[in-house]
Amino acid sequence: MTDQICVSHAGLDRLMPMHLLLAPDGKILQFGPTVAKLFSDREIKGECFFDLFKLRQPQGITSVTDIVSGNVTRLHLNLKTEQKTRLKAVGVGVSGSDAILLNLSFGISVVDAIGQYNLTISDFAATDLAVEMLYLLEAKSAAMTESRKLNTRLQGAKIAAEEQAYTDTLTGLKNRRAMDHVLSRFIESGEKFGLMQIDLDYFKAVNDSMGHAAGDHVLHEVAKILLEETRSSDLVARVGGDEFVLIFHKLTDIGKLNDIAARIINRMEVPIPFNDQTCRISASIGTTISENYKIPDMDKMLSDADLALYASKHKGRACYTVFSDDLLTGIDPSLPP
Amino acid sequence: MHGLINRSLEGFLRDTYGNKIWQDVVTAAALEFDSFEAMLEYDDALTYAVLDAAAAQLARPRETLLEDMGTYLVSNPKVEALRRLLRFGGVTFTEFLHSLEDLHERAKLAVPELELPRLYLLGPSDSGDFKLVCNGGYVGFGYVLMGLLRTMADDYGALVLLDSQDNGNGSGEINIQVVETSFADGRDFSLSSPKKGAA
Repeated sequence: MTDQICVSHAGLDRLMPMHLLLAPDGKILQFGPTVAKLFSDREIKGECFFDLFKLRQPQGITSVTDIVSGNVTRLHLNLKTEQKTRLKAVGVGVSGSDAILLNLSFGISVVDAIGQYNLTISDFAATDLAVEMLYLLEAKSAAMTESRKLNTRLQGAKIAAEEQAYTDTLTGLKNRRAMDHVLSRFIESGEKFGLMQIDLDYFKAVNDSMGHAAGDHVLHEVAKILLEETRSSDLVARVGGDEFVLIFHKLTDIGKLNDIAARIINRMEVPIPFNDQTCRISASIGTTISENYKIPDMDKMLSDADLALYASKHKGRACYTVFSDDLLTGIDPSLPP
Repeated sequence: MHGLINRSLEGFLRDTYGNKIWQDVVTAAALEFDSFEAMLEYDDALTYAVLDAAAAQLARPRETLLEDMGTYLVSNPKVEALRRLLRFGGVTFTEFLHSLEDLHERAKLAVPELELPRLYLLGPSDSGDFKLVCNGGYVGFGYVLMGLLRTMADDYGALVLLDSQDNGNGSGEINIQVVETSFADGRDFSLSSPKKGAA
């Protein structure tokens, strides 16, 4: 029995197309077909291994015999003419001769190498996983491209959905878009309605002195009060930082609207605990009703309610005002000249 | 069925017959969207609804459409990626045939949710014929495979004769007679990805 085998050069080429057979002095005796491609088919037979390849790891190897001696398990090297082409190698002695057989592999640099040296499937051993790796790389990048496209579209859809939303994300109340929508629908269908603009008093002070968390908490409480003091058929919208609009469906009775305004202000003035502190706010309110107008106009009604609101502010806050034409001409005695 | 399959069907119909036909198909199949997402999963019934709607719109048998789709998948420049991935299977058409046994696993490696049917290659027989057997695939998959094999043979420059037997329930077999492996030059295939080359 023998532990030696004999393989022809042609057999070696098939088994390891990237092999080098080296003489002890480093001269290249024989090489595989894929190695030839690395040197553009230039004749490298007889040249010295160390003139063509730079050994990076392990350091201190100066002769070919070092490669097979001791505990060298794997060599890291690159072409002297092309540093980018990094190679791995393992070497063994050849029985019955003093030659050394070195098998090279591209490792991860295979991706660049196939392009640079124009390699084909046949340049790799039939059992080499390099081609599978290239397949996987390409398949994964195609799949990633599709996933990225989907992500981009979903992101776009999310932004579009937010733009089309009718809800104020902080308080859960309706937003300005919803208010516009409902107002124009009521006006178009000729429905009667009351419109109230509410502006919080001292809210900025809460925000500035106690922080945004306290401010957000106050807005939640305000939203709760507004929903409790209105009917489900009414619309409660947050249209600015601390500005709210209420639309009362089929309610144009000034007396009733004033009662609601008074109740809202009373409840707003109840101190709101936040952690171990207390937030104190109030509200100023301006009201108008659709019956004030021959042909109600959304912008006009909003600005009239706003005018009434500012009249409330001028009166010293924490009160409510119903719009009248006097406010427009400035005759209202409660307004400063 | 996986979005990639549905998306391929959509791409085939759009690129071959135009966007107008696709819109008609969307309406006829009562899809709730305009376009399949490649990376989402869809009910199998949707795919067949689209297929039936297309067959009706174009007044062509479903089988012919599927076979044309197989050809489209490996010949249209828009879906070049698929043709390239298949060419990784081997240097010759015969090697490619053998690589089809790995198709199921290869697809899963790339996209774990993608379920392609398992294929088994038998042969060559004494007369040099191969038999590609498909069990438990999607109904009609055999026709797609026929178109795909025929076009891939051209791609490799091989002359082959195909004969299919579809059992109609997603299983069937294709008889492949390889007359000549290098009959024509075939199309070029380079291992390095085209994007890299262009960069």
